[in-house]
Formats: sequence, C-alpha cells, structure tokens
Amino acid sequence: MNMQRIRNFCIIAHIDHGKSTLADRLLQFTNTVSDREMQDQLLDNMDLERERGITIKSHAIQMKYNYKGEEYVLNLIDTPGHVDFSYEVSRSIAACEGALLIVDASQGIEAQTISNLYLAIGHDLEIIPVLNKIDLPGADPDVVADEVIDLIGCKREDIILASGKEGIGIEDILNAVVERIPAPKGDPEAPLQAMIFDSVFNSFRGVEVIFRIFNGTINKGDRIKFVNTGREYEADEIGILGINQIPQQTMSAGNVGYLISGIKVAKEVKVGDTITHVKNPCAAAIKGFENVKPMVFAGIYPVDTTEFEELRASMEKLQLNDASLVWEPETSAALGFGFRCGFLGMLHMEIIQERLEREFDMTVITTVPSVQFRAIMTNDEVKLINAPSDMPDPTRFKHIEEPFVKATIITAAEYVGPVIQLCMEKRGQIKNQIYLTSDRVELTFHMPLAEIVFDFFDKLKTISRGYASLDYELMGFQQSHMVRLDVMLNGEVVDALSAIVHRDKAYEWGKRLCEKLKELVPRQMFEIAIQAAIGTKIIARETVKALRKNVLAKCYGGDISRKRKLLEKQKKGKKRMRQVGNVEVPQEAFMAVLKLD
Amino acid sequence: MDTSNNQAAAQKEISFQNGGRVYLSLGLKVNKLSGIYIHIPFCKRACHYCDFHFSTNSSQMEAMVSAICKELELRKDFLGSDQIIKTVYFGGGTPSLVPTDLLKKIMEQISAYYETDLEEVTLEANPDDLSDKNLEQWKALGIDRLSIGIQTFDENVLRFYNRAHTGEESLLAIQRAKAAGFGKLSIDLIYGFPAMDHGIFLADLDIALEQDPGHISSYCLTVEPKTVLGNWEMKGKFQSATEDFAAEQFEILMDRLEGAGYIQYEISNFGKPGNFALHNTNYWKSVPYLGIGPSAHSYDGKNRGANIANNARYIKGMENGLSPYNVETLAGADRVNEYILTSLRTIWGLDIDRVSALSGVDFVAGKVKLLEKLYSEKLVLLKDNYLFLTRKGKFLADSIAASLFIE
Repeated sequence: MNMQRIRNFCIIAHIDHGKSTLADRLLQFTNTVSDREMQDQLLDNMDLERERGITIKSHAIQMKYNYKGEEYVLNLIDTPGHVDFSYEVSRSIAACEGALLIVDASQGIEAQTISNLYLAIGHDLEIIPVLNKIDLPGADPDVVADEVIDLIGCKREDIILASGKEGIGIEDILNAVVERIPAPKGDPEAPLQAMIFDSVFNSFRGVEVIFRIFNGTINKGDRIKFVNTGREYEADEIGILGINQIPQQTMSAGNVGYLISGIKVAKEVKVGDTITHVKNPCAAAIKGFENVKPMVFAGIYPVDTTEFEELRASMEKLQLNDASLVWEPETSAALGFGFRCGFLGMLHMEIIQERLEREFDMTVITTVPSVQFRAIMTNDEVKLINAPSDMPDPTRFKHIEEPFVKATIITAAEYVGPVIQLCMEKRGQIKNQIYLTSDRVELTFHMPLAEIVFDFFDKLKTISRGYASLDYELMGFQQSHMVRLDVMLNGEVVDALSAIVHRDKAYEWGKRLCEKLKELVPRQMFEIAIQAAIGTKIIARETVKALRKNVLAKCYGGDISRKRKLLEKQKKGKKRMRQVGNVEVPQEAFMAVLKLD
Repeated sequence: MDTSNNQAAAQKEISFQNGGRVYLSLGLKVNKLSGIYIHIPFCKRACHYCDFHFSTNSSQMEAMVSAICKELELRKDFLGSDQIIKTVYFGGGTPSLVPTDLLKKIMEQISAYYETDLEEVTLEANPDDLSDKNLEQWKALGIDRLSIGIQTFDENVLRFYNRAHTGEESLLAIQRAKAAGFGKLSIDLIYGFPAMDHGIFLADLDIALEQDPGHISSYCLTVEPKTVLGNWEMKGKFQSATEDFAAEQFEILMDRLEGAGYIQYEISNFGKPGNFALHNTNYWKSVPYLGIGPSAHSYDGKNRGANIANNARYIKGMENGLSPYNVETLAGADRVNEYILTSLRTIWGLDIDRVSALSGVDFVAGKVKLLEKLYSEKLVLLKDNYLFLTRKGKFLADSIAASLFIE
C-alpha cells in the first residue's frame, strides 16, 4: 500500500460522548462491516465493555474508503476513555497522525478530553473537531463550538456537526480524515521500527500484538526482537485488522497491523515497546516507553476459602490478557488465603473483580483499597507499604510519605463552590482556577492519591449533577501523618478491615466504619462489640445486640429431620460468612469501607 | 446404639433432684421399647395457623381407618420383632373426630400385630368433641391421656384462629375430662400472637392453672407458608410478632408455670412430676417409633420414613398392599445433629459422651472455644458431662444447637 493513501487516526472523546456509536457508523459507511454483522459498539468486544459503554482495551480496525476515485486505507485506532488507562491512550495517540476530537454538543469538553487532547497536540496530531449528538434537544452547538475554538484555535467551519445515532456528518468526517490528516512518514527501506500500542489475548493463538510500523518492512517468518524486553520471536503471522484478521506476507512503514509469534503470556508484551529485526536492528527504540505501575492495591479473596486454587488459576488466566494486573499471594487471619493485587486505578479494580465473577464464576471479597505509601525508616531506609499489614511500628520510622496527584476538574461555574469544598475535605489544595468559557471552569488541585481512589469520583459526579470531569497525574510523594486504623470485633482485630488513613480523618473514618458494620453484621447469639482503634487506643465503638429469641415451638416426630435440615441449611448459608473469633461476618462487611457515607 | 436403648429402657426411672438435674439409672432390659404414632388427617375446619396434614372432608373416615389398620399390619416388622410398644399416640388432624368403634379397630389391630405393654395412650382432642359419652368410651379403649387443643380462652383470638369452640366450652371440656377420670390431661396454649397482649396471655395461663392440668404444652405462634396466616402475611394483611414480643411472652410462660410447680422438661412442654409425656419424650431421646397414617413419620434408629401426605393416594396405596412412604437413611452426622437438636431442648440435656461416641471425635475438644463462649455468655451449663441450656439459652435453642452441629 502506498503510504500516501494511508491515514492513521484515533478518537478522543469523553465517556458517553458517543465515540463508540460514531465509530460504528464509520465502519458501516465504509462497508467494513455489513449491517447484518453490526453489533452495537462493535469495537468493544467484551460484554463488560459494552455494558459499561466504555472501552477498556484499545483495538484498531482498518477501513477502505474511496475518495475522489482513489482508495484510501483508514486505520482507526480505538483508545480507552478512562484515566486509569492513560498510558495506553498515550501509546495509541503516538501511533497516529490525526485525531477526531468528539465533543458532546450538549455537554461540552470534559477534563479527560482535554488531557488527551493535549497529549495528541503534543504528538503533533492533526485534530478534527466533531460536535456529536447534535440531534439531541439539549444540544447547544454554538456554545460548545466556541469552547472548542478557544481550546484548539481552529476555525468554526473546521468543526464537523455529527450524530452517530442518526448517521449525520459521517461522510464529512471520512472526507476530513483523508483531506486533513497527513499521510504517515517513514522509510520502508530503513531498519524495522514498529511500536506496540496494544495486545489482545486469544486463547488459541496466544497474544496478538497490535503495532504501527514507523520505519522499515516486516515479513512473515522474520526473526524479530522486542527492544525493551530483549525477547526474540519469529513473526509466525502478520496481517491487517479488518473486521477479521487478514494475514499478509509483508507490511511496511505507515501500516498498522497485528503480529502472532507464539507468545503465551501478556506480560511479555509491553505496550510502547519497539519491534525490530534481530539482524539489522534499528538504532533506537521508539520514545515514550514506560513500565506501567499499579496505583491502587487491594486484597482479593475467594468467598469460599476452598476456592483459593481456583482463584489463582482464574487470576493467572486474567493476567494472560491483562498485563497491567499484578498480584502476589497474601494471607489474612480473617479471610484466609488470597492475593494482594495492584491495579491501574479503581475502575481497573472493579473491572478485574467483575471479570473474575463473570468470566470465571468466582465470588470474591475485595478488601480496602490502598495506594502505595512509603515509610522513611529511622535508618533512612525506604520501606514500601502496599497494605495496612505492611505498616511498620511507629517507633521504627521517621515519617510516612504518600503519593500526591495534580487533579484537574472541569465543571460548570455553579458547582465550583461544592467542588472546592469536596476537594478540601479530601485534603486537596487548590492551585489554579481558569474560566474556559463564562460557564465552564477548570480547577487544579494538589491532592493525595489515596483520597481520589476511594469514592471521590462518585462524589464529584453527585455534587455536580454529573457535570464535573476529572483527570489526574502523579506528582510525587509528600510527607503525611498516616496511621493504621484497625477494626476489632469482640476484641479481635479483623485484619481485612484495617486501613491506612490520615490521622485527622481517622476518627471520622472509624466512626462511620463502625456504624456501617453495625448495619451489616447480623445479630448473633451474643452481643458484638465493634471497635475502631489506632494502636491500642479505641476511637469508636458500636454494639450489635444479641439475638433475643430463636427457637422453634414444635419439635416432634415429623419435625426433627426437617428442622435439622433447616438449621443445617442456615448454617451452610453462614459458611459464606467469615468467622472472626466467635463472630460471623458477612462478606459485604469487608466491602463496607467502599461504601462509607 | 446400645446406650440409647438402655436409656430408653430407663426412661421411666427418671427422678428429679436439685432443680431438675436428672439421674438416669441404666437398667439392663433385653427388649427394645418403642411407640406408635397414628395420624388422623381430618378436621372439622382449618385453623388459620395449622400446616399439619388434614382434610375437612371426613367422608373417607372409614376407608382411612381401614387403610391405617392395613398399614399397621404391613409394617408390623418395621421396628424389629423384639420391640415392645409402650406408647400409642393419636395425633392429627383431630383424632377426637374418629368414631369410637373405628378407634377401637385401630387399638385391636395394634394388639393383634404388636407386642404391647402400654403405659401411655394419648388422644389429641378438641374441646368440642369431649362429650361424656366419648370420654367414657375412650377410657374403655385404654386411652388414658388426653391432649386438649385449648389454644386460648379468649373468644376474639379463638375466632381469629378459626377454632370450632369457645373458651367457655374449653373450660367445661376440661372439667368433664377430669370428672371422667382422665388423670393425665394436657392442654395446648398458643402465645406470640401480636394482637394477644401480655394481659390476655396471662389471663389464659391463670384460667388454665385454675383447672390444674398435669401437663401444659405452649407453643409460640409460628406462621407457616401454606396456611391462611402465611397467606395473609404474604399479602401484608397480617404481621408476625416481633422477636421481643414473642420473647416476653415466652418469659411470662416460664415464670408463671414454674411458679405453679410445673417443670419445663422441654422447650414447649411443662409437666408436674409424674406427668411428662412419655411418647413425646421418646422423640427427643432418639427412641424408635412407628408412624402410621398419611404424612406420619417413622424412625427405626437409623432411617426416617415419611408417609405420603395425601389421603386418597394413601388409601389407594394401602388397598393395593403398598406402603407409600419415603425413607431417608440418616448419615452418622445427621443422627448426631438430630440428637443435639432434640436433647438440648430437654431437661435431660445433651450427653457429651454419647455425642463423642456416636461421632467418633471428642465433642468438647472440637468445640472448646465455642463452648467457653456459650458458657461465659450464660447460655449453657455443663454438669457431669451433660450440656444444658440455661433459661437465657432456651430463648436461643436453635442458634445454639446449630452452632454445635457436627459436619
């Protein structure tokens, strides 16, 4: 394929701004997929993604488009839309020459969109602004267009009006892709230099690597090397990505495709890595590669303790296609054997939990999520703290440091007050406030990551009636007075409920947690004292009163077996509960922390 | 199972000392002792709380009694040939509805096919059936114990329950039964009905105690799914009592009856010394019994059988010489757990050695922490290797039993 006829582009959009629907229309218009094959939001091929209406893993798809008598190849590179996956977004952007900036004509630009847009501009992508959902009664294209013009400095006539749902503006978009986005540059004769921007796990064929060739040519059967991991493979199969994979003998600079080389584990494939030839390698790797680090840590335990090995097998399978999931075995006195897992963020954590339940039929308990703290020990050693149980004795460290982020929030002007208040409650400090338009404000805060990973985003959405959006990036570590808060049931510490919290918030936290647990722990044969403690100091207490009466009236000849079975059944039901000392704790209680309010 | 048979044999030699501590003298008898339960599945009308098997159409009475007699014949070997029948219990339904000549047939059939040495023959009776004539004839048949379904003396509550008698009739019935020479009288009372406040229940107890029956069974109203009450509750027309309300009346019950000299020998059963129900007590001691009639249950020490709960099919089955019952063989743990469940409810308590022997593991060693907790919470008492519920523990008998179940 002549490089001049290739266009590589991605879509930048906020969740719910209609990216997937619009992408579907492009595929239909170019006959890449027939109507019959069309499933809504085709690009999101996991059920979970379709349901959530967000793309978790990016994919790419090739369309052929006839423009003024010439056939063009348009590679649409899909990008995840959540802050948890921002590194993957950056790699997808790096694989493109242009981007469609899709903005909901009724909602305007959101924080996530802006940060991705800056990424795209930073990579010199040609931006094609599209106002979507113009068919909606609430659409206000003029105001939103002003916002877009302010933001990217384009001309009003450059903005395409579209509706994915109604199929409006689709041809304009495709024409603009051909006309405005530059063809890829590169030298097909140079040493091979291709960037991995995604990988997909296929249980039959192993890991499929999705790449973009910047320079050189790859042939089927070539000996190749991944520069950053140093691993070598054979290119068993290469090809382009239509609605199905189409194998090719050779592919050269400017193209986007897939590679199959017998890789069994997703971990071996690092997004951002460079593919080159073993013989005649490229001089340098493509810039921007990072090893993705987990931001949020939590324990995952099987509800039924006998299912530990099954859980392990499920986690291993998950890791095959989700290289960003990391874990190691962990033991809890309350929950038994499980895993301490690292996630990219809270959404990632929820997704993993849901995938475990849906794809592997596992019922799991997830413990209090935590970020990674650092203890500066008295001997100046730095100890990493991924779990409350890692917290050293206060006499052994000088201080604790916690990760801080720079958080950008865009909201309507009327919600600025509540947003600032919320951020202050979350120990945030306001750093900047910019009016994007007369009604839309961008606020910048420095905040502890630990405060964001809990229910911050939900709260932000609530106080702004859904109109605030959030983006954040890690700034580094700052000293904070963190303490470990323990929960005791009848005097026994429930390790799975411990949390690392800021000292100033420990009392409130402890009180709310005790109250929540009181709702969740059922009445039992004896009174249950629920206490929150820092070290040996009790800071909150609630009591679950004992059952008053549980005795069946009649127990004669015909009742005995029936009654035994009834009690055995009840007891079996209780097996799903965890025994902490003499107290039976339902699994929801371990998640209580996530729902404090 | 030798010990249990010995205990069964010793059943009569119960004596009380020191607030109810029981000493069993383990006499060695060769024969095994058991009981027969006869289920009479007919009632005049349906009480709104009852989920026992019955029909209000008694046109099949004769056919039913024939079928019962047939079953008695068919299952004569169920308990084993060395069994001596010590107790017979007519339950229901309403056994007092059965014409005396038919009751006589059943008694004759029992004598014909079973070795008997009857010490207790109980008939459940409704007050409206206690005519002088009936009483006299029952006595002649060898029935020596009546369990009278009084439930309450309050007219409003009786109407709510859909009972077929008045409180006044109940009183007269008790008096007639006494006059007829039924020394062993038991009356049933229900508590825990939300509209029946503590005052009404106290009045019920006072009226009952004035009649000085030897035995009182008192049950907390339990709303079962396939009853009128259950249906009302589902539709939101009726609400069960709160746990606290039921607990308060249970407390009243125990206080009043203990104060009047009754011994709570089982959660819901109170008797004056010498007036404990032998037949029912055997259920709680895992003594074998044969259940005859539709829906009746049997137990031979290992297997529990349940007859079909359908009058027509039961009768037809018996006409064809088939005994239509399901058998469930109890696993070792099931038997232990049933013993735990029933024994804890009684004044005789749970014999820890017996549980250890039956289960093959040291019961106390496996439950030390739990037992200590139950003890420190004053829910159980341990005496001479028997485990008993305390007054506080009786309120939570089911929770405690379940917590002690073995796997």
